[in-house]
Amino acid sequence: MNYFEVKQKENQTLLICKGEWIIYKASSIEKEFKKLKLTFPLTIDVSSVNDFDSAGVIEFITIYKKLKAKGKIKVIGYNQKELELFKLLEPTIDIKLPHKKSFFLDDVGKAAIEGFKNFLLFLAFLGETFAKFFYSIKPKNFRYKEMVYHIYTSGVGALFIIALTSFLVGMVVAYQASVQLHKFGADIFIVDTIGISVTRELAPLITAIVVAGRSGSSYTAEIGAMKITEEINAMKSMGFDVYAFLVWPRILALVISLPLLTFFADIVGIYGGLIASKFELGISFSQFVERLYEVLKVKHYILGLIKTPVFAATIALIGCFRGFLVSDNTQSIGLQTTASVVNSIFLVIAFDALFSVIYTELGI
Amino acid sequence: MKKPIIKVQDLVTKFGDRVIHDHISFEIFEKEIFGILGGSGSGKSVLVKEIIMLLRPFSGKISIFGKDISTLSFKEAQELKRSWGVLFQFGALFTSLTVAQNIAMPLIEYTTLSKKQIEHIVAAKLELVGLKPFVASMYPSELSGGMIKRAALARALALDPKLLFLDEPTSGLDPVGARNFDKLIQELRDILDLTVVMITHDLDSIFTILDRMLLIADKKIAAYGTIKEVLASTHPFVEEFFKNDFVKKRYLKELNV
Repeated sequence: MNYFEVKQKENQTLLICKGEWIIYKASSIEKEFKKLKLTFPLTIDVSSVNDFDSAGVIEFITIYKKLKAKGKIKVIGYNQKELELFKLLEPTIDIKLPHKKSFFLDDVGKAAIEGFKNFLLFLAFLGETFAKFFYSIKPKNFRYKEMVYHIYTSGVGALFIIALTSFLVGMVVAYQASVQLHKFGADIFIVDTIGISVTRELAPLITAIVVAGRSGSSYTAEIGAMKITEEINAMKSMGFDVYAFLVWPRILALVISLPLLTFFADIVGIYGGLIASKFELGISFSQFVERLYEVLKVKHYILGLIKTPVFAATIALIGCFRGFLVSDNTQSIGLQTTASVVNSIFLVIAFDALFSVIYTELGI
Repeated sequence: MKKPIIKVQDLVTKFGDRVIHDHISFEIFEKEIFGILGGSGSGKSVLVKEIIMLLRPFSGKISIFGKDISTLSFKEAQELKRSWGVLFQFGALFTSLTVAQNIAMPLIEYTTLSKKQIEHIVAAKLELVGLKPFVASMYPSELSGGMIKRAALARALALDPKLLFLDEPTSGLDPVGARNFDKLIQELRDILDLTVVMITHDLDSIFTILDRMLLIADKKIAAYGTIKEVLASTHPFVEEFFKNDFVKKRYLKELNV
């Protein structure tokens, strides 16, 4: 026994508490106490305890209350300070802390309502963004500097990663297609496959997905952090319009840079295909370019590019909207950033499908 | 007679070429409320951050409980960190946890206490810092400034530390709240035998609860000691800080200086 000692004296029991009654020992004290067999009347002597901290006193109070409920007890050997702590902490032992318990269906309901509310908020955000474009943004007070900064970070900054991904995608498509085409002896059709698929579908989609991951997430995090530090409130209080200051420069920056990035991805993607065709099917560079010139009509390239401003606006709008949804705890930045990337990638793909349907219906 | 708990010797702090502290030395004794004073940018917070091992000084020696903190092993450092509580200027409560979870955090991490014991301790700490039990299930974003400070103090006290560091505990509180907080710190020191180190600008705190203090100005110690000893100094910063008309009228009469 490290913390207790039981002695029988005349017709009463003496419980001697000893050792260090501190926070790191409290669980051992509790365990030891459970093993004790005590009889009443009982005297508790605490004079041999050589260190009492508040957790130790709380442990003592718990024990004291348990024993008091069972029979007659008396405590001896305490000093003034210990008594003070005891008196101070004794009432706190009965305090019941409130617990928030949630039921599964509650959570489902809350999540559904939250989702619907967010959708309504997004509509409001969309409306306000466009209304502000006509009311408060004029060519002479537009934030060109901000916009150029965002073109630089989301556009120029993304060149390398977009070059790498589209080059690889071009190559992979060429390798996959070449196996099938070779079986039919239709080797040269690899050029049609690469040229049309990259310009119409792959380059716009891959670029938009990379930009959503890179820039959409950073828009959410930036605006979210500004919201937590009350910078957004500061701007509003000075009469600055957050749509003009934060939202529109970002939307326009992406609407300008995403088509340019896609154009760049077109070139690099076809180049990737060209290299793969050379090694896999032995089609020379001049043969490839000649065939490309014949089959790749400008319309394919334009149809691919038309989609990109829509993708860009989607990514920027979702990124900013999610940023404004950040509430005042740090966890919500992470949640909103995740939601922002997931939503924008999903919507980009959904819009891409919509464009495909429209193009097919129009027969172009 | 009194034994020093924190001993700082010849401390030099530099950020790049900029010198923040130029060979400063002082001692903090057991069970005293020690103030670190100085103008903004004088390196008060940096000094405390060096003592609590968040920053490393350029040179000099800091000993806590007689041990040089620069030569501690990882295990010893962990142990030392558990023996102090820190109240940051803006509370620094974990925003994704409730107040009760914030206070229970160090208890869950470092002790083997049962759920029930933890709940008792959390309730007691809330009571000690003067918060109502219903605050326990609230999130930091739902609390007022004063409640955040109190909740953060409760978290700092969770492991029953012997040492308490406070960074501007009364800043951002209303005057009544600030005086109550001062009183609370004094009471806690008396009940729990704490040694309190606080950074403060608050004249009321300086004149009422500090036992001794340290004034940093011009990278050096401008004054050091009890309020009377500090007032005896003729350093220009002391003159400016303590010997203006407002302070004379408001505080110095009572001290008969």
